[in-house]
Amino acid sequence: MNVWEEKPSRLGRLAKGAILTAIAVCVLFPLYMVVLTSLSTQDAVARAGGLVTVPGELSLGAYQELFSGGVVSRAAMVSVGITVVGTLISVTVTALAAYGLSRPGSVMHRPLLFLVLLTFLFSPGIIPKYLLVSSIGLIDSYWALILPGAVAAFNLVVMRAFFMSIPQEVMDSARIDGASEFTVLRRIVLPMSKGVTAVIAMLYAVGYWNNFFDAVLYLNDNAKWPLQMVLRQYVLQGQSMFVGQGGDTTIAGRALPPDLAIKMSIVVVALLPVLVVYPFVQKHFTKGVIIGAIKG
Amino acid sequence: MLEQAERSGPAGDLTSPAGTGRRRGKASALRVRLRRDWQLLLMVFPAIGLLLLFHYVPLLGNVIAFQEYSPYVGIGDSPWVGLANFQWLLMDESFWQATLNTLFITAFQLIFYFPVPIALAILLDSVASRRLRMLIQNIVYMPHFFSWVLVVTLFQQMFGGAGLLAQTLRANGYQGVDIMTNPDTFVMLVTAESVWKDAGWGMIIFLAALAAIDQNLYEASAVDGASRWRRLWHITLPGLRPVIILLLILRLGDALNVGFEQFFLQRDAVGRDAAEVLDTFVYWRTMLTGEWSYGAAAGLVKGLVGLILILVANKLAHRFGEQGIYKRS
Repeated sequence: MNVWEEKPSRLGRLAKGAILTAIAVCVLFPLYMVVLTSLSTQDAVARAGGLVTVPGELSLGAYQELFSGGVVSRAAMVSVGITVVGTLISVTVTALAAYGLSRPGSVMHRPLLFLVLLTFLFSPGIIPKYLLVSSIGLIDSYWALILPGAVAAFNLVVMRAFFMSIPQEVMDSARIDGASEFTVLRRIVLPMSKGVTAVIAMLYAVGYWNNFFDAVLYLNDNAKWPLQMVLRQYVLQGQSMFVGQGGDTTIAGRALPPDLAIKMSIVVVALLPVLVVYPFVQKHFTKGVIIGAIKG
Repeated sequence: MLEQAERSGPAGDLTSPAGTGRRRGKASALRVRLRRDWQLLLMVFPAIGLLLLFHYVPLLGNVIAFQEYSPYVGIGDSPWVGLANFQWLLMDESFWQATLNTLFITAFQLIFYFPVPIALAILLDSVASRRLRMLIQNIVYMPHFFSWVLVVTLFQQMFGGAGLLAQTLRANGYQGVDIMTNPDTFVMLVTAESVWKDAGWGMIIFLAALAAIDQNLYEASAVDGASRWRRLWHITLPGLRPVIILLLILRLGDALNVGFEQFFLQRDAVGRDAAEVLDTFVYWRTMLTGEWSYGAAAGLVKGLVGLILILVANKLAHRFGEQGIYKRS
């Protein structure tokens, strides 16, 4: 608080506090409700008449059901696999290209950079893209969910801007000692760019984890579906996980967790990785890694 | 962002060891530079390869818009039909309906979505406690990282026919509502979803711009007797102006893109009349009828109009003395 600033009025501060609280509640409440319902027993769901907002009896039944094999376990594995492999490929390719384009005046520097930047202006469109992916035989292949979006020009530009801000002298000294460009990137530049690399990796990882439409386009075989497709099928479109069981609440004498709890637990599984990774990367957002890079 | 391309000057800093080699003619100079830079080229290669294959090749694939394309005979042997696909397109009522929906949603969001991150940033910037500011920032950034499937699902659980709102209403003896399937309020629904998901994240750029405003201006004007609101009007908003204009331009250039997945996911629940936008039109038309060329033509029209919009918007920005997205006009 600066001396010249007038003291904020009590009313103003109250209003501000109320608005900020309301905003936080808007974001957090649906998440709270989903998590709580996923952990509730049949009784608790029945008493609430559906979604649970007041904690009652809790149980992990829905999650046990979910991970006792079956559609969701498999879809989660698929999503994890695609996210891990895809992120590794994307970060590697992006970091290499960002470094390769970080020295103005190198051979072909301008045309190559132009080629990257031009992708901002014009998107090829869904249909030709689909035809290409199908003509190189990637339909029903997991590579179709990875390769077409493996390089995001935006991330490349952000990373490149950061690399360019590193003083040349540091890299030159290594080069004079005989280090190759690959060594310079791996041993000097990347260790100096942990923040931006973490952010880029998270952006890619979230992109792969959340990817839904590519699966709609390129995967006809629903045994290969990633988690977002399963989420849509069973929660958004409300298809029952236990087809044929009708309204039964038991399978072979075993009490089933409430259908709603199972649905909400799928939502939680789709949500969880983002919630887990977010705190580790979040400080870089507030530190302004991305903004600094865009401005540069 | 694009201005970096312009700024990178001619071969200036030949700092690497090989750069000191004497130049004899153009060819040998190139050889010297190649010997110095071949590793850099090698590093760029995978990314360029992927972009060429998955961006530029499909870009060329748009030629099928001028054909009667059939997947069984391929691009090479499909008959050319000139502009026939485009003529059909212009006579197609559902195409115009989709265009109209798209523009309506864009316009609506320009009024009810666009100012939200600005207001949010100004509000947050005025919070004195740094820790509270960080806390709120971290909370409102989060939904940006949720998938559209998840966001639509959460909204459905809150406002759908079996959602919390309907459930609470029914428990209190009222009739339940289902906002998720009402075509009349659809535009508000999608805007609310966008605000919930992205307004917090959109704030980031305005926060940075606010931090860059010279604090001395505030002090000087306060000393001269300017009130809080006058300082907001005469210092804060002018300080945000370049960013606001930049984002407006980007939005204008993106006027035909309202987001694919959000509409794809809700189209069936709400109905085509309200929820069909250009992207979903292209997808459904092609997938249902197998008219590849027709879909490609629709996509191409959308892409071209989008490109023109970006160029026009940028020109406008220059006219107003702003920097725009790229410098050279």
